[in-house]
Amino acid sequence: VKALLSVLAGALLALVVGDLLILGVGQSPAEVYRLLLEGTWGNPYGFAQVIYKATTLTFTGLAVALALRAGLFNIGAEAQLALGGFAASVMGLALPHSIPAPIAITACVVAAAFGGAAGGAVPGALNAWFGANEVITTILLNFVVLFFLNWVVTAHLHVPETVHTPAFTNGTVPRLSAFIPAFRGSAANVIVILAIGAAIVTGWFVFRTRYGYQLRAVGLSPDAAEAAGIVPARVRVATFTLAGALAGMGGTNFVLGYKHYYEDGFSGGAGLIGIAVALAGRAHPLGIILAALAFATLSQGGLAIHALVPKQMADILQGVVILAIAIASRQRS
Amino acid sequence: MIGLILQIVRLATPYLFAAAGGTIAEQSGIVSLGLEGYMLAGACAAAFGSYYGGSVWSGVLCGAMGGAVFAAIHGIATIRFRADQIVSGIAINILAVGSTRFALRVAFGSSSNSPRVPGGASGLLEIAGLLSIFAVSAVIDRTRFGLRLRAAGEHPEAATSVGISVSRIRGVAVVASGILAGLGGTFLALDQHQFSDEMTAGRGFIALAAVIFGRWQPVRVGAACLLFAAAEAVEINLQGTSTIPSQFVAMIPYVLTIVALAGIVGRSVPPAALGKSGH
Repeated sequence: VKALLSVLAGALLALVVGDLLILGVGQSPAEVYRLLLEGTWGNPYGFAQVIYKATTLTFTGLAVALALRAGLFNIGAEAQLALGGFAASVMGLALPHSIPAPIAITACVVAAAFGGAAGGAVPGALNAWFGANEVITTILLNFVVLFFLNWVVTAHLHVPETVHTPAFTNGTVPRLSAFIPAFRGSAANVIVILAIGAAIVTGWFVFRTRYGYQLRAVGLSPDAAEAAGIVPARVRVATFTLAGALAGMGGTNFVLGYKHYYEDGFSGGAGLIGIAVALAGRAHPLGIILAALAFATLSQGGLAIHALVPKQMADILQGVVILAIAIASRQRS
Repeated sequence: MIGLILQIVRLATPYLFAAAGGTIAEQSGIVSLGLEGYMLAGACAAAFGSYYGGSVWSGVLCGAMGGAVFAAIHGIATIRFRADQIVSGIAINILAVGSTRFALRVAFGSSSNSPRVPGGASGLLEIAGLLSIFAVSAVIDRTRFGLRLRAAGEHPEAATSVGISVSRIRGVAVVASGILAGLGGTFLALDQHQFSDEMTAGRGFIALAAVIFGRWQPVRVGAACLLFAAAEAVEINLQGTSTIPSQFVAMIPYVLTIVALAGIVGRSVPPAALGKSGH
């Protein structure tokens, strides 16, 4: 109930700030909100776009949530997401055309998971073995990774005049519009099924397996866990690696399902919003999916109201909601 | 040689301001992930102040205030409402990007940059940037306020028990950090005679890296800022002729700070109560 109240309070605060901004530019809040809903849940294309955006956010939200359960703060989903997308595109480019599509797709997804896992293993190891605060190392590593990928792509792999790699064909997945024609034009694709699957598997792993129990034990009390024979350092490295793999798989939504190439900057803040998704979703799979849908609606809704109010209003509201989430997740005393 | 030194100081100015601010806030126990946001808000407010006020000085005043307002939001959320400091800092950065874009759009109908605004005062701001490090150092080491500030950051319970208001100390520190980081943004905007979208481009995070790399000691922090700026200056001067890609030079502050955090060459240890509530 307290969780629900804080979510409602956040939404209310965002609504008030939104009203003020809308009135400030001389528009009617009712009209703007009507447009926002109509442009998202009110038509098939908008709805599909919400699904598309929520897919990536579900992966990054899971990546943050899994680490949270082990008492770790993963601010690095941004870099892990980018690494996953990059690895998927490299795999897609490397695979010969003769390989059957299901195998090619699996190979690309696995590559994405490994790419992200590499991005998670480094801060995990730095935390477990060197005692380096994972909040700071993941923030700093975000920059290191993004500069590195920028260098690889611009120096070695880009299509001239662009900041993206060449497109590949084997390993791509169909868009939802192939099955539901009304979604035509939207980037929503079958990776959404992978996202839901990842949420279910993560929930099962955390709450139903021995490893998940150890992970939560370390999150609740490292000392008690150690007394019970669990090695916290090992659990932390493993958790951060798995979290990275989850964020990395999020990269397939853009790379396999939408553009079929890696583009510099495609992550576009989805890793950071993933923190808000994980916290608003109380680090629970179902909560994460709902929170991902909510943030995706806000982001897509911003585009729908652009004619009346600058779409940047959505960014401001996102900031307000995250501030409310910060207040709801009180600091340790 | 003198040219190179001047170039380094110029590149370091935004870092020096923001890192001086970051040091004072973090020493009081408040995590400063929002430095980037304060700086961006300061740059935007400075351009607006300079444009509408018609003078550099109205720009400087507005720039400092722009940073202070965003820092105050962080302060109210984390001190009054005990919000998680890390999440609040992230929110501040997102809020700053969104608000400055919104303001650009509404005021100038542009999503990329403001018109040309009165600018300058760069030399004065460069000197002020260098001095801000020494000022913060003097305040922390030589004043009663500085003593209380360190107490709030290291032992908030002990500070409270001897009648120090940890909340007030932290509130003052966080607003001061906003003013300083805002001036860092002001320098950028007035030096370039305009505000452009996301013009701080991660400089607030480099300043944060400098705070950590400098182990929260103002003079060391200032030296870190100059070191990071020197790497950039070398890269700029060698552009085209160097075999090291610019992206690798850009990584230097972050990699050095990670190495310092991991304790490979002397561990950097934060204030004990950093990120924790004062009650």
